Amino acid sequence: MNGVNIGVLAVQGDVAENVLATQMALEDLGIIGTVNEVKTPEQISDIDGLIIPGGESTVIGTLSMVNGALKKIKEKIANGMPVFGICAGMILLSKKAKDRVVGEMDQPLLDFLDVKIERNAFGRQQDSFESEISLEKIGISKFPGVFIRAPSIIESGKNVEVLSKFNEKIVAVKQGNIVGTSFHPELTGDLSLHKYFVNLVKTKH
Amino acid sequence: MIPLAGDLNDAKGIIKENIGSFGTKRGTSTLKRGFAHMLKNGVVMDVTTVEQAQIAEDAGSVAVMVLDKLPSDVRKAGGVARTASIRIIQEIMDSVTIPVMAKCRIGHVYEAMVLQETNVDMIDESEVLTPADETRHVWKWDFTTPFVNGARNLGEALRRIEEGAAMIRTKGEPGTGNVAEAVIHIKNVNNELRRIKSIYDDGDHQDLISIARDLKVSYTLVEQTASLGRLPVVNFAAGGISTPADAAYLMKLGCDGIFVGSGIFKSDDAKERAQAIVLATTFWEDPNKVKEAQKMIDERQSMLGLDTKNLELRMQERGSTA
Repeated sequence: MNGVNIGVLAVQGDVAENVLATQMALEDLGIIGTVNEVKTPEQISDIDGLIIPGGESTVIGTLSMVNGALKKIKEKIANGMPVFGICAGMILLSKKAKDRVVGEMDQPLLDFLDVKIERNAFGRQQDSFESEISLEKIGISKFPGVFIRAPSIIESGKNVEVLSKFNEKIVAVKQGNIVGTSFHPELTGDLSLHKYFVNLVKTKH
Repeated sequence: MIPLAGDLNDAKGIIKENIGSFGTKRGTSTLKRGFAHMLKNGVVMDVTTVEQAQIAEDAGSVAVMVLDKLPSDVRKAGGVARTASIRIIQEIMDSVTIPVMAKCRIGHVYEAMVLQETNVDMIDESEVLTPADETRHVWKWDFTTPFVNGARNLGEALRRIEEGAAMIRTKGEPGTGNVAEAVIHIKNVNNELRRIKSIYDDGDHQDLISIARDLKVSYTLVEQTASLGRLPVVNFAAGGISTPADAAYLMKLGCDGIFVGSGIFKSDDAKERAQAIVLATTFWEDPNKVKEAQKMIDERQSMLGLDTKNLELRMQERGSTA
């Protein structure tokens, strides 16, 4: 069997950081595989796992609709492809989103993660923060959380496993092969979450 | 991962506090530069009203920049250009979900503090406004809110980063509808980066020290930048971008994203143009998509534009020697 092929959705946001973190995770784990930026439906059809990076969820959603990427991603996830949504990526994976100030949003969503998200839940950029959090359920006892205009989960369905909370707010979840975090592991030197995702892709592969 | 060249760990802008049982830090370089990283491959649009901000958000812009007047109107009006009305900035913050930035005058520490209190997401210390102190820019490490600064060359960019800028943009020549100066500035920065990278690769520390002296920045910052071969912060293009092809060209030159000033809301087809510029920025690698974007606009509706050679006011020279 060939190595795993992991894609990072390269529409908008911090794509390169995720490519680098995933490459380093593969290398550390000694797993053979490639990491590619993906943008077109053709590129997406070839991958075994997808990371939707941080950025602006409205922009990533709207522009992935333009070239048919969103439809292809939906199809792949429905067929069991593991996906890791970070910040904006987690918003896109969810069923419902509202903004803390502006209210209910009518933005394109992938409609998989059975949660309701509050965008900008911790406030604006000045309230962005770093804090040590923990994801005990997946064996990560300490993790440097980097929260940038971060969302949080305000309602979650019974199939959703809560992986981490910050001060009572849900900031990391898992539902089947879908993982979502409010914070940005790709901006830290800690590869444990990218390794966790790479292993998920490898198991599924 | 974020390269942290020029990081200042004990900066006054860093605030430590406990939330529940969690120790937290705000205003760190990771958070400030990280914010800029989230804007990559996106378009930031200059706006003066709530309506324009909503058009920008609907078109897919990653953030809006609030001004009192668009740069081309600043150029026409003359007089002193200052930061926008706080009331308008707040109205815009309450009506869009994307980040809201605003400009302060170069060196105007208190305009910057007022913008921080207003809680804008990023402050642009901008040459479009009339400088308050051309010899000393704002010491941006004192702020929790991140800053973006303009630069025409590597020296300016590194000096601003040393003062704490979390993001750089080319200056171009604002309000002209002419992309020529932005093109020159990004090429200048790229050429200088290539040069210091090759010096670094040769291990010639003596030459790097003399470059640091020429550029008037610390050796450490020059060395770190040279090792990276790129600016240690996100770098956008700005100044005179008017069409989708302009935006795509600057992306091709290696910019991380685009600021559009007068180009959109001084055209007669703002809505279509805003969308078209976003499309061209996202899909710049695909000439056919850029053509489709270019087709959405009508050249007869573009702002007329100015020749940058005979301007009375060259905004790009403001604060450039400091």
